[in-house]
Amino acid sequence: MTNKAASRQRKEKACKTLVMLCGLLIIALVIVIALFLVVNGSGTFIQYHHSVFEFLFSSDWDPSDTPGVGGGKVGALIYIVGTIYTCALALLIAVPFSLAAAIFLSEISPKFGARFLQPAIEIFVGIPSVVYGWVGMTVLVPFIAKKFHAPMGGYSVLAAGIVLAIMIMPTITTLSADALRSLPPRCKMGALGMGATRWQAIYTVQVPMAKSGVITGVILGLSRALGETLAVAMVIGKTRAFPKGILYPTNNLTAAIAADMGNTANGSEYNLALWSMALLLLILSLICIALIHLTLKKKKEY
Amino acid sequence: MSDNKDKIVVDHMDLFYGDFQALKDINLRMPEHEITAFIGPSGCGKSTLLKSLNRMNDLVEGCKITGKIEIDGQDIYDKKVDVNQLRKQVGMVFQQPNPFDMSIYDNVAYGPRIHGIKNRSALDEIVERSLRGAGLWDEVKDRLKRNAVGVSGGQQQRICIARALAVEPDILLMDEPTSALDPISTSAIEDLAMELKENYTIVIVTHNMQQAVRISDRTAFFYLGEMVEYAPTDELFATPKNPKTEEYITGRFG
Repeated sequence: MTNKAASRQRKEKACKTLVMLCGLLIIALVIVIALFLVVNGSGTFIQYHHSVFEFLFSSDWDPSDTPGVGGGKVGALIYIVGTIYTCALALLIAVPFSLAAAIFLSEISPKFGARFLQPAIEIFVGIPSVVYGWVGMTVLVPFIAKKFHAPMGGYSVLAAGIVLAIMIMPTITTLSADALRSLPPRCKMGALGMGATRWQAIYTVQVPMAKSGVITGVILGLSRALGETLAVAMVIGKTRAFPKGILYPTNNLTAAIAADMGNTANGSEYNLALWSMALLLLILSLICIALIHLTLKKKKEY
Repeated sequence: MSDNKDKIVVDHMDLFYGDFQALKDINLRMPEHEITAFIGPSGCGKSTLLKSLNRMNDLVEGCKITGKIEIDGQDIYDKKVDVNQLRKQVGMVFQQPNPFDMSIYDNVAYGPRIHGIKNRSALDEIVERSLRGAGLWDEVKDRLKRNAVGVSGGQQQRICIARALAVEPDILLMDEPTSALDPISTSAIEDLAMELKENYTIVIVTHNMQQAVRISDRTAFFYLGEMVEYAPTDELFATPKNPKTEEYITGRFG
């Protein structure tokens, strides 16, 4: 009896230790990756004496690729603008559609939504980004070229924005629909009881009350769009120039890193400038996460 | 009893949720400018009947009504009736205070705005009149811009009453309006209900029999979907005719 109890306690302890170790490992990994990015990413500024201002606000990009030899130019503004431009366009397209889909799912037709729209949205999430990029390249890019006579055969900010929008729609839709569904029915009843139409109740009461969930969805979508690489790289045109409009090609942070990282010498100015761009992406997504926490903290209980 | 004319007439009304019959052959006449209380144990159908009077039951899937409900002689389930206009005429106060997540002012102005009033000074006037009507003006006049979700439960409920008054209904339906409130807020709401009956016809569902005695002119007792007894409140509580009513009001079940 006591033997059995002792062995059970040993097992209990072993399991607890294992679980704790796994948890610690994850935390350690995050910290190590972040540290690694900080160490490498700060090389541009410490080892090669470039200013953060030059990196963020100059568009002269000509870093030296010989380790130890600096003196090149590391202005990443074009890539930064490309990232902001494509993400903003993606949000502009995705938010209205996602909100409409969320309202449909939660309010207009929950049954049909649960049976058809919800599974469709889940499938969307599961599609690998290379597929989005490929479809964008073979369908969207030629379409844009033909329809709008875009230069560069349709490779453009618009193509990247649309592809990104489609990729982030499921996130925004799901979170917004959850937020709308979690409102107590008495809020809606209050509006309907005053003689509001269903649509009036939705846009004057329910959507405003669900806004913290909607905002969380938008920020999560935004952070996905910021980090998306392959699909964007395939349709953005990878041209190092400010886009003159949404029909023009440009380049962004992720695509530039992915395209050049293999071609630079370890520790060179070029190499470290790419690390700085990676660090910038990390900082941007940290800001997004902080924003989400702020929004959720402000969330009221009804 | 008063000779006020009948405001609401329920005539041979049955209500079904799918296959379940929630109300059986209800016949009831509620006079103008009086408070009618619905009492009975949980699940007896009193709230269901209340929600039929402004057609909030339309929102429940599978809800079907036969028979007639007339307000001012008009069958409210007639195809020609505009539900939104009906609900403007028949205001509702809910069990849980449900102010919207906006300022006190915007809460009270909500109804007039959705019904098309945009003029700022007209809205100001309605908001003041409604808050005065709900006995809340002096308490909140300096903080109309404050969020209504942040005030006390009793004040929230009075904001909801002011919100209902703002669209100038003739009838106020109150679904256990004080069950989530403390005794002091409860008595404020009860006093308010008695003042409001001068201008409105009030139907109140309550679990609290003392409340029915204190404020209502007539009381209807419901049990298992049937209206067992309906009489002037003094009579019903002093000399109940039906043994079920007597058992309930003396606290032997419920």
